[in-house]
Amino acid sequence: MTMAQGRSTRQLRRLVLASVTGGFCTACADAPLNYMYGHGPAASSIARLGWWLVIVSAVVVAIVTILVVAAALRRPAAREPMALEGIGAHGGLSWIYIGGLLLPALILILSFALTLGSLHATTRPPRDPVATVQIIGHRWWWEVRYVDRDPTKTIVTANEIHVPVGQPVRLELTSADVIHSFWVPQLAGKTDVIPGLTNVAWLQADRAGVFRGACTEYCGLQHANMNPIVIAEPLMAFQTWVAAQRTDAATPTDPDAAAGQLVFQKSTCATCHAIRGLETLGRVGPDLTHLASRLTLAAGTLENTRGNLAGWIANTQALKPGNDMPVMTLAPNDLQALLAYLETLK
Amino acid sequence: MATSTVPAPLGERLTRIWETAPGLYGVIATVDHKIIGRRYLVTAMVFLVLGGIEAAMMRAQLAAPDMHLISPEVYNQIFTMHGVTMIFWYAAPILSGFSNYLWPLMLGARDMACPRANALSYWTFLMSGIFLYTSVPLGQMPDRGWFAYAPLTELAYSPGLNMDFYAIGLTFLSVSTTVGAINFIATLFKTRAPGMSLNRLPIFVWGTLTTSFAIVFAMPALTASCALLFLDRRVGTHFYDAALGGSPLLWQHLFWSFGHPWVYIVVLPAMGIISDLLPTFCRRPLVGYTFVAMATVTTGILGFGVWVHHMFATGLPATAMSFFAAASMVITIPSAVAVMSWLATMWLGRPVFKTPMLFAAGFIVLFVIGGVSGVATAAIPFDWQLTDTYFVVAHLHYVLIGINVFAVMAGFYYWLPKITGRMMSASLGRWNFWLMFLGFGVGFFPMHTLGLLGMPRRIYTYHAGMGWGWQNLWVTVGAYVFALGVAVFVYNVIWSLVRGEAAGPNPWDGPTLEWATPSPPPPYNFAVIPTVGSRHPLWEGRLDETESRSQLARGPVLDAGRDTFGTTPLDAEPDEILRMPEDTVWPFLLSLSILVICYGLVTGVIWLGIAGAMALLVTIAGWFWPQPSMTPADGEV
Repeated sequence: MTMAQGRSTRQLRRLVLASVTGGFCTACADAPLNYMYGHGPAASSIARLGWWLVIVSAVVVAIVTILVVAAALRRPAAREPMALEGIGAHGGLSWIYIGGLLLPALILILSFALTLGSLHATTRPPRDPVATVQIIGHRWWWEVRYVDRDPTKTIVTANEIHVPVGQPVRLELTSADVIHSFWVPQLAGKTDVIPGLTNVAWLQADRAGVFRGACTEYCGLQHANMNPIVIAEPLMAFQTWVAAQRTDAATPTDPDAAAGQLVFQKSTCATCHAIRGLETLGRVGPDLTHLASRLTLAAGTLENTRGNLAGWIANTQALKPGNDMPVMTLAPNDLQALLAYLETLK
Repeated sequence: MATSTVPAPLGERLTRIWETAPGLYGVIATVDHKIIGRRYLVTAMVFLVLGGIEAAMMRAQLAAPDMHLISPEVYNQIFTMHGVTMIFWYAAPILSGFSNYLWPLMLGARDMACPRANALSYWTFLMSGIFLYTSVPLGQMPDRGWFAYAPLTELAYSPGLNMDFYAIGLTFLSVSTTVGAINFIATLFKTRAPGMSLNRLPIFVWGTLTTSFAIVFAMPALTASCALLFLDRRVGTHFYDAALGGSPLLWQHLFWSFGHPWVYIVVLPAMGIISDLLPTFCRRPLVGYTFVAMATVTTGILGFGVWVHHMFATGLPATAMSFFAAASMVITIPSAVAVMSWLATMWLGRPVFKTPMLFAAGFIVLFVIGGVSGVATAAIPFDWQLTDTYFVVAHLHYVLIGINVFAVMAGFYYWLPKITGRMMSASLGRWNFWLMFLGFGVGFFPMHTLGLLGMPRRIYTYHAGMGWGWQNLWVTVGAYVFALGVAVFVYNVIWSLVRGEAAGPNPWDGPTLEWATPSPPPPYNFAVIPTVGSRHPLWEGRLDETESRSQLARGPVLDAGRDTFGTTPLDAEPDEILRMPEDTVWPFLLSLSILVICYGLVTGVIWLGIAGAMALLVTIAGWFWPQPSMTPADGEV
């Protein structure tokens, strides 16, 4: 298919969606979780199946609506308003044979065949995955681990998953507490994240970009703010990122940041958060070794800026009520030093 | 055939025999199916309004991005209460209300087969609802969704009483539902009028019969899942705790093997309402009666084989999922048969657009939208995208509002004149219909597109950049317009009670037996036990039929006591006279005892539970104490 054809197909689809939805089309382009357009082989295959179902559904609904409205507008003459029609109880069964049995059966058989085809295309990746990522659901954030045979090369991060463009990545999903569901719709369908089980899934991005996701199994208070991100980048950039993530946090040289490191170690931060390179044992909250390299804070709740980070540390319960992080009461100097330190964790 | 005129002395005698005792005693002791049916209808509508208020609060919060009207704690409680209330305390009980009121009238009987069980079914329904709503003033409403997935519901993650109210409340309600279902089955196979053979049953009766069987088989799964949850929470077992050998998926299998049949439980009788009123307003018999009856039963059976489509994302093997996907698609066929029957009835008849017909026509369109969106959930890979998004919210509201509420509205406009004896306003009825229909379309259709745009369910807020903002505003506006339609309905009911003109026995010229009685029907329903000769006893002689003729004016009067015919299960040949029970307070006291036990369980106050259990034993003994009046004076026929 040429580019122009592709574009016109897309335009046609948008037109159909617009007519189906009564003109909500403009919203499609700006919705990062819109799954009617895929950017990976699994999501694209599912989107094709989805369009078939949406269009067939729209046609069926249109035909029935026309039949109901036409029956209402048709006014056969009657001797008196409530007179009975002079016809017997029988007749009309051809409606049921054709419209109730034959046509639905044909449509359903076709839909089922397309479902099996898409199922085949989506359960297994087109080639062997290049990396395995363990994703562990926590209330309310995602722990992300890139496993390596050499344990010292294992990467631990949170909420953001980097993948190389055009390569399948294997996901191993489990939960530390309740059931969550991992979903990055423009790359693949969702997979539940269940304590005591490890579900295996895969995803692949066909173009570079930032793909947003969401937790889609209700998991309590902050279910709304548990949103992962997949960052697809060219292989070289991905490998650079991997190499950077494998390093420990650098010892700060700037005096402010060095003071901040002390604040981190002496306050309760270190009880819950790990920073590799420091002797901290915290495993309850996200690993912060490369916090400054992330795009968002608190699992997609806030953009990762110095201001937001300060607000988050000082007032976490107002921004994401009920999360496990206590409100930190730090002296203004200590907070500024801590921020300076955290900003060095590239 | 005209309605029979009852000689005055016979009518007075039968009234004395069947009338509920006056005063407070009568209020709590009545076993009259019509009074119980009315109470069911009113109580279920109260729950509809409560659930609607919860919905209105949710829609205010979601009307725009990043709103903070409601805290996440309260939002989670409200969306859970909305679902639980609508699905359990409105959708099925409202249909039980219609069935309770109409079954004996449609079947030509003087009461349900087990009138005391009928009273028990109502009182447990009411009191379980009171129990559930006790959580509101305590601020401990259930907050884990109506589906309540473990382990989020376990004590470690839900330390309050919230989910105890859920587990105990649903178990309490399941007493009501199960007793009611068994009563319908007994009534169907025992107390139909002579000649009311299975092939003459109204489709509504087929619907309730099918759902009653479904309840008997599905309800134990819910009761078991709730009981295990309660044991996990309060006794320290680990049925759903993966860390100690339990399984979170056990809950899902138990819950959905109940939950999907439940969907058909709350729609099949509603579809029956439409199948039965279409002939009246299309002025001809239903096209393909036998097909529709069989489609009803088939749906009820297939409904047990599709629950896994709620669990496609849990990581089950592809082959197993394919089976359930195929079953979930096949179940479309009986629904398509019903739709074609309705369309053919409209096209081969002559639709007369009174208010019930407006709702019926709207219903058909909404039914199809809710049906095709259901097929999408069966297509496994697409389900991996749309599940737990607003697409499913749209789908289930097209099912629960489109197929249940619209049919219920049609049913009210059709049968309320029978129940109250007064007509509702036709012009208010048109306002009612168009406000609800347009409000529903504006409010709920965009939920489909919000779903396709990825909006997850059960989120208390969302960011501005997600592209969902103004469609959510539409949804909120539409939902409020819909609520206005419900308000017009309530006003119309009150208007009809005050101002409505007298309905007479058969205001719509309907074909079935309930229209042979006066409006409202006397306590004994039929002065003469009718003998049924066709599917349309009141249209006989006006259709080109050669079936035998019904007898409504002449026949046995059975006026020696509270007597009605017992008939054979298939052909309804009379084979005994049943002496029906007198008014009794035991069902009320039994329900009250269970309520006390439930409060004892939820609070953990042991003496309260023991006191309730003792009271329960006493009431059961009292209930079953031998009563001389229960033996018919005349013996066998």
